[in-house]
Amino acid sequence: MGKTTIEKIFSLRSRDAVAPGSIIWLDLDVRSARDFGGANVVKNFRAHYGDAPVADPHRTVFTFDCQVPANTIPYANNQMTCRLFAEGQGMRVFDVDAGIGSHVTIDNRLAVPGDTVVGTDSHLNILGAAGIFGQGMGDVDIAFAFKTGRTWFEVPRSMRIELTGRLKAPATAKDAVLALLGMLGSDGALDRSVDFTGDGASALTLDERITVSSMVTEMAGIIGFFPVDGETAEFYGGRDLPAIAPDPDARYERTVTLDLGTVVPSVARPGSPSDVVPVREAAGRKVHSVFIGSCTNGRFSDLHVAAGILKGKRVAPGVMLKVVPSTRGVWQKLLESGDLQTLFEAGAIVSQAGCGGCASGQLGMTGKGEVQVSTSNRNFKGKQGDGDTYLASPATAAWAALTGVLTEPKE
Amino acid sequence: MDKPSKIAGRVLIVPKHNIDTDMIFHNAHLAITDIKQMGRHTFTSLDGFKDFPEKARPGDILVSGGNFGCGSSRQQAVDCFASLGVRLVVAESFGAIYKRNAINSAFPILTFPGILGAGVSEGDEVEFDLRTGEAFNRTKNASLGKGQPFSGVQWEIYQAGNLFEYGRRAGEEG
Repeated sequence: MGKTTIEKIFSLRSRDAVAPGSIIWLDLDVRSARDFGGANVVKNFRAHYGDAPVADPHRTVFTFDCQVPANTIPYANNQMTCRLFAEGQGMRVFDVDAGIGSHVTIDNRLAVPGDTVVGTDSHLNILGAAGIFGQGMGDVDIAFAFKTGRTWFEVPRSMRIELTGRLKAPATAKDAVLALLGMLGSDGALDRSVDFTGDGASALTLDERITVSSMVTEMAGIIGFFPVDGETAEFYGGRDLPAIAPDPDARYERTVTLDLGTVVPSVARPGSPSDVVPVREAAGRKVHSVFIGSCTNGRFSDLHVAAGILKGKRVAPGVMLKVVPSTRGVWQKLLESGDLQTLFEAGAIVSQAGCGGCASGQLGMTGKGEVQVSTSNRNFKGKQGDGDTYLASPATAAWAALTGVLTEPKE
Repeated sequence: MDKPSKIAGRVLIVPKHNIDTDMIFHNAHLAITDIKQMGRHTFTSLDGFKDFPEKARPGDILVSGGNFGCGSSRQQAVDCFASLGVRLVVAESFGAIYKRNAINSAFPILTFPGILGAGVSEGDEVEFDLRTGEAFNRTKNASLGKGQPFSGVQWEIYQAGNLFEYGRRAGEEG
């Protein structure tokens, strides 16, 4: 019988029989913790294992991305707890200058397709975009993984999302995943592993795949995989990659299809990532602030789209535009491409690479009455402050900044 | 000796679906590492339930809706209930990471589709059987039907006391 992507990866990394619903011991190639969660990982590790060594210090890492650099004393203390532990263990720290851990993992090729990665980031499953199993876990789980290099896992059932056709400008990959959230709802992929298949999936760039995979979390899914193909190989510099893709006769509990050609610029209305409407239905809503960044839309291609829209223009009076590159590498590209100057001249506040406002982090909470347009992935009430947050693509966000109201992007 | 399979207590109800980890334990408090300090922040950003830390008493059972604990990976969203002495969380379904976090810290959670409409009111004394999934409302003297029993690994970690001890018993010390 054919295997789905998760069954394939798990079979490579486990000696147990892999079937949906079975509990297996899974070998973990990379284990990570962030500044959020990291201190508790260390605390749990010390309480249960004392000074014992971590599984493999070369592939057990800290990635700081929540408060970078720390802007509260508790966070500063937690980061130091991690640094000192790492020093004693000979572990690598991607410190406060590095950017979002999941992106650092991809961009530094810490993991390759077929690998298994765990960490204290619930969006670590964006690695599925590159055919890597990534999973967010709590600090008990990660402390155990730090020590043993393994964990138990219940093999999830798989569903397939077949993407056909091509995105038509000005619609983007963010609009596609918002469309899927609107179709499937906040629990539409509950406990499922998702395989994105079809010619539409193959046509997406790695950056676009990351955007789509990142929001499988908001569908309550375990992970969303794209097949490892020429696009993936190009990113890995032509190195030989394992063939991570579902078998043609893989068995799925459910298949849904989305024609990318039907996708229109959309927003998720405040309160729920799955409350999705076309931008035109919300057009005209006054906007006070705009956040462009996050693990969903903080890559260079995302910020470049925004810079293209803002070039030679100024954001609307009274609008605060926050731009947060996902990694230091993206920052450098902004600098070298001239986009940094474009964004600066348009009035943007460009911040240090990291998670931005997502986890009450390094910058910019919303206040009561504030309407924010954000390219991130969650807009639960209260998450980013007391204001209302619309989720949107970088293009929609840039147009909102430019006009001061929700505006359908033009081509 | 094994921990008992049956847990009984007063039920508190949060009759909502898709309760995410920020509503349970807001990200403003993420830097807290002392479990004793966590309880008082439980549900304090969820309208209508902000008084939960005052209302909850040790031994209580929380009942909620579908996809409970979706969102972030924070362990505090499980630990805050342990901090308050809540003995069991029963929900129609759980977010995947939340479920693991509870299982791995040996905090009992029970998946019980339809529990919100099964005939349980706030304050009722209800007995849940972790191994069979059955529930009995002692206050109303009525069966509430059956949820999903603990999985094998969930029961074993629950008995071991935490994932670390379970790993030792399973010979997975690394």
